[in-house]
Amino acid sequence: MIPGALGLLVCAALWEAVPRLGLVSSAYLPPFTTTLDALGGELTDPAFWSALGDTLTGWALGLALATAGGVLAGLVIATVPYLRELTSSTVEFLRPIPSVALIPLAILLFGTELRSVLLLVVYAAFWQVLVQVLYGVQDVDPVAEDTARAFGLGPWARIRHVVWPTALPYVMTGVRLAAAVALILAVTVELVIGAPGLGHRINVAQTSQAVPDMYALILVAGCLGVLINTGARLVERRALSWHRSVRTEAPA
Amino acid sequence: MLEVKGLRKVYEGSGRRVEALRDLTFRLDAGELVCVVGPSGCGKTTLLKCVAGLLAPTEGSVTLDGVPVTGPRPGLAVVFQEYGRSLFPWMRVTENVELPLRQRKMPRDARRARVSEALDAVGLGDVGRAYPWELSGGMQQRVAIARALAYEPDVLLMDEPFAAVDAQTRADLEDLVRGLWRRRGMTVLFVTHDIDEAVYLGERVLVLSPSPTVVREEVVVELPAERDQLTTRADVRFTGLRSRVLGLIRDGGGAADQVSKAGRSGSGSDS
Repeated sequence: MIPGALGLLVCAALWEAVPRLGLVSSAYLPPFTTTLDALGGELTDPAFWSALGDTLTGWALGLALATAGGVLAGLVIATVPYLRELTSSTVEFLRPIPSVALIPLAILLFGTELRSVLLLVVYAAFWQVLVQVLYGVQDVDPVAEDTARAFGLGPWARIRHVVWPTALPYVMTGVRLAAAVALILAVTVELVIGAPGLGHRINVAQTSQAVPDMYALILVAGCLGVLINTGARLVERRALSWHRSVRTEAPA
Repeated sequence: MLEVKGLRKVYEGSGRRVEALRDLTFRLDAGELVCVVGPSGCGKTTLLKCVAGLLAPTEGSVTLDGVPVTGPRPGLAVVFQEYGRSLFPWMRVTENVELPLRQRKMPRDARRARVSEALDAVGLGDVGRAYPWELSGGMQQRVAIARALAYEPDVLLMDEPFAAVDAQTRADLEDLVRGLWRRRGMTVLFVTHDIDEAVYLGERVLVLSPSPTVVREEVVVELPAERDQLTTRADVRFTGLRSRVLGLIRDGGGAADQVSKAGRSGSGSDS
């Protein structure tokens, strides 16, 4: 914790010193304190809060849709025989398409609406979840499966009590990765196509020469990323308290 | 009660055919405790899975109370060797024991009562809130036994349940199983590779041949019902039976000329 804080302090000090010493023109890189002033200004501007709200809405909705879709599709594909083989080549083809390559398509379909952001966020985040669910279901222990069958658990009960808990650590990893990707995509799409949100506001600040504001907004986006990752890890630890990667008591 | 007739199991896959079981025929009467012993790799687990309805036999049949076993049956519970993988780490001990009862839609209060009774029966009345992985290996296997008991099966199948615990724990668990069997009157099919264990526990011992597997012989264990780790194992009848079973496993031969060899190379769980 303390070395981490120290690292941040050093960064801030460097950021302050470099423009002040004239190593970089402060027109391109305003000193840290100037950026903080701009950040203070942003925080009192209602338009900033509505932009933040727009970004978070796109992020949360997109992530929720991608998670629901990824989990559902993953469970179905992994538990229905042959469906996995049937879909694997399609998944391997669609997954590597960079989401940003679909920006023109999003503009064609939805213009600059929220739906454009959603389309791309969902596309990027969905694969992260799906792939993890597929791995997770494969990880089901044959002895656990035999036990469940021997004790009369039907297919649904086995999915609920054996397959799902086994896959849960993978799902959590998938959702954490998806949450990060979703934020990147939300900001990117706003920036590139001008859908309302932080990304759009960054673009406006840049084109109107409000450089300190631009940096302040970038800082905000960075902090969002950190918060999202920390939150996801917390949820993960709580949900997986029984899992060997989390539990503290070693088996006797 | 439980009847296995002409059971054959051939695994087929990727161009290889493995005949795990060739021809097994035997029966268990209600309330019997029968041990199955055989050399490693002779298909003991395959046999048990066929009896449990987890595997379909290639030929032959398994019938329970006259009804062919085609899938897992409510009157039949299994205790697996790998307790660590058979108990679910995401469930507390009570939840593990309770899960099969929940599937039967048993009312909550009746469920709770039966779970605590089963845990008491295996001497684990006070660890219900723990997770399985917080317990020792022997305790985990006790939980698995409690889960099977709570299920109130007519037939209890045990697949080398004590192969992974230390000798002292193993002796305790053997006595536990015999005690539970005598009190509850279940039919028990106990699979093991340990000859001493088979003779100590069973009323009969089915000796299997090496693969391709057939029943080589059924040995009736003429020992008193009351068994004790010290006196029973020192009993001349015990050592005689053990040598006979060992002889059968070694080379299918008689027992008399095997006694001296057997004395030196028992199966390792003497206490």
